[in-house]
Amino acid sequence: MNAYSLEEQSDYLILSVSGDWTVKTVGKIDSKLRDVDLPEKHVILDVSELGRIDTAGAWLIERTLNTAEPDTHSGFEIRGTHSEAEALLKLVDERRQEGPPEVPHAFNLVDFLARIGSGVVHILDETVGTLSFLGQALWSCIRLLFQPHKIRWTSVVSVMEEAGLDALPIVCFLSFFVGIVIAYIGATMLQQTLGATVFTVELVGWAMMREFGVVLTGILLAGRTNSSFTAQIGSMKMRQEVDAMRTLGLDPVDALVTPRVIAMLIMTPFLTFGATLSGIFGGLMISWLALDISPILFITRTHEIVTIQNFWVGMSKTPAIALIVALVACRQGLLVQGDVQSLGRSTTASVVHAIFLIIVTDAIFAMIYMELGI
Amino acid sequence: MSEVVIQVRDLRMQFGDHVVHDQLDLDVMRGETIGVIGPSGCGKSVLLSQIVGLIDPSAGTIKVFGEELDKLSKKERQKIERRWAVMFQDGALFSNLTVRENVMAPMREHTDFSQDLMVELADLKIRLSGLSTEAATKRPSELSGGMRKRAALARALALDPELLFLDEPTAGLDPITAGRFDSLVRDLSQLLGLTVFLVTHDLDTLKATCDRIAVLGDKRVKHIGPLAEIAGKDDPWLQEYFGGPRGRAVV
Repeated sequence: MNAYSLEEQSDYLILSVSGDWTVKTVGKIDSKLRDVDLPEKHVILDVSELGRIDTAGAWLIERTLNTAEPDTHSGFEIRGTHSEAEALLKLVDERRQEGPPEVPHAFNLVDFLARIGSGVVHILDETVGTLSFLGQALWSCIRLLFQPHKIRWTSVVSVMEEAGLDALPIVCFLSFFVGIVIAYIGATMLQQTLGATVFTVELVGWAMMREFGVVLTGILLAGRTNSSFTAQIGSMKMRQEVDAMRTLGLDPVDALVTPRVIAMLIMTPFLTFGATLSGIFGGLMISWLALDISPILFITRTHEIVTIQNFWVGMSKTPAIALIVALVACRQGLLVQGDVQSLGRSTTASVVHAIFLIIVTDAIFAMIYMELGI
Repeated sequence: MSEVVIQVRDLRMQFGDHVVHDQLDLDVMRGETIGVIGPSGCGKSVLLSQIVGLIDPSAGTIKVFGEELDKLSKKERQKIERRWAVMFQDGALFSNLTVRENVMAPMREHTDFSQDLMVELADLKIRLSGLSTEAATKRPSELSGGMRKRAALARALALDPELLFLDEPTAGLDPITAGRFDSLVRDLSQLLGLTVFLVTHDLDTLKATCDRIAVLGDKRVKHIGPLAEIAGKDDPWLQEYFGGPRGRAVV
């Protein structure tokens, strides 16, 4: 182990150090040495008992020596031979300079209010930013519509597979269970209030076609596709691939955003269709197994009472959902800066904004259709 | 220079059908600075990753400080790993931490230092690696490429390692900074008795820092020896390497 001792003479002071002064050993002695305040005297450093030393040890010795003579460097002499110690002390002494202090993190009211304020401004900025990005992307889509050979069909198809086809099983699965839940709750409630469980058919049909098919698809896409799009584009941004595109004369919106928008516009209706069907199927199974409504009755009743209009109401929302998912994801991806934290922030924002917008949009659609009486 | 710090025997590495190393032997002695050169894609960085245990070799043994890493328990392995440090090609600094916090990260994990001492030592290492102290509170994304490299060196030096792995330390630095980096590595290796394993393309670095040079080629270490000896070898790749306009200035 390491140790030090001080010996004060009339006109000089001897600081002797012994043992190993390395990164492994100096942690314990640090606090003791911190309290040492050498008097204004000539200092002799005795290193004859010193074992191994590294920069951490040299720093501690050097720091202690400097408490005595802050102005005059190397105002000490070394007794004993230890070439490593000498060289290291010199090295450490040359680089002696305090860094900027750590900024303490304190809570106060002004910061708190400022945070609320910047949050509000941030929401406004986000709204403007998203809308202008919407315009930019739509303009790019329209422009490319007139020059279809310029659309990157390979990436369109690959996104269709990755974000559309691959999502189909999970979308259907989830929707199936929601269909079951609706049928169960609906049947229980209808039994209690009306005494007629057969209305479950209408309930499942209406709910799945008008709302749940499309909203469930949207929320799943927001979780699945938004995060993946944002992470893809964000890491491209971090590795300067997006900058490289710009310098090569490729428009990142054309190359990255438009294919994703097109692919989502194509795939979301199919996913919604799948979700609606499996939701109704879930309801049918429960009606059959638990409520004694035969599948034939269920299907006939659905045909007769739940009109096709309801289906089109649901499907009419899909382009909006597709646009929200693709645009929010791409915009957040392009907002990523050089550091990892901004990637995390953007991915979170992407998913949260998308879910928020999907539900708000769905509510707006519901109000409009209600007013129109559809 | 008697003790062998890194011992590689019969190393074989293949990715699928592609054999990178075959029958590769290499010894690195304590206190020396060894430079590893070779054509692009000959597996210099792969060799480094294997020695520090990031990739498992397909066959063969690697001993560092006389121990085979994959045979050790987790605790013993950590003990060995503490004694070396790696500086990666593009720095690999933690981007959510400041430079000072980056340098403090290994100290926090492996030492019982107080916060104050960690800050002091981190600042010392930052200055040792040639950065100004203003850089201490900056984040890696705010630094230039050269500054990031130096910050990465500071982090590698945080625990005063005995063995230092440097992957292309001077690539992308201006000649002045690269020169300072070379002399810093040289000084540190002499002062601290550091063993340095250096992967590089930079001829000036080879000349300024390396005691011996290992030339990779044909999936193994083709030649090994001091610069003068290597430069005289009758090998087409080496002749081109040292005989080119850049090489002639050095040899």
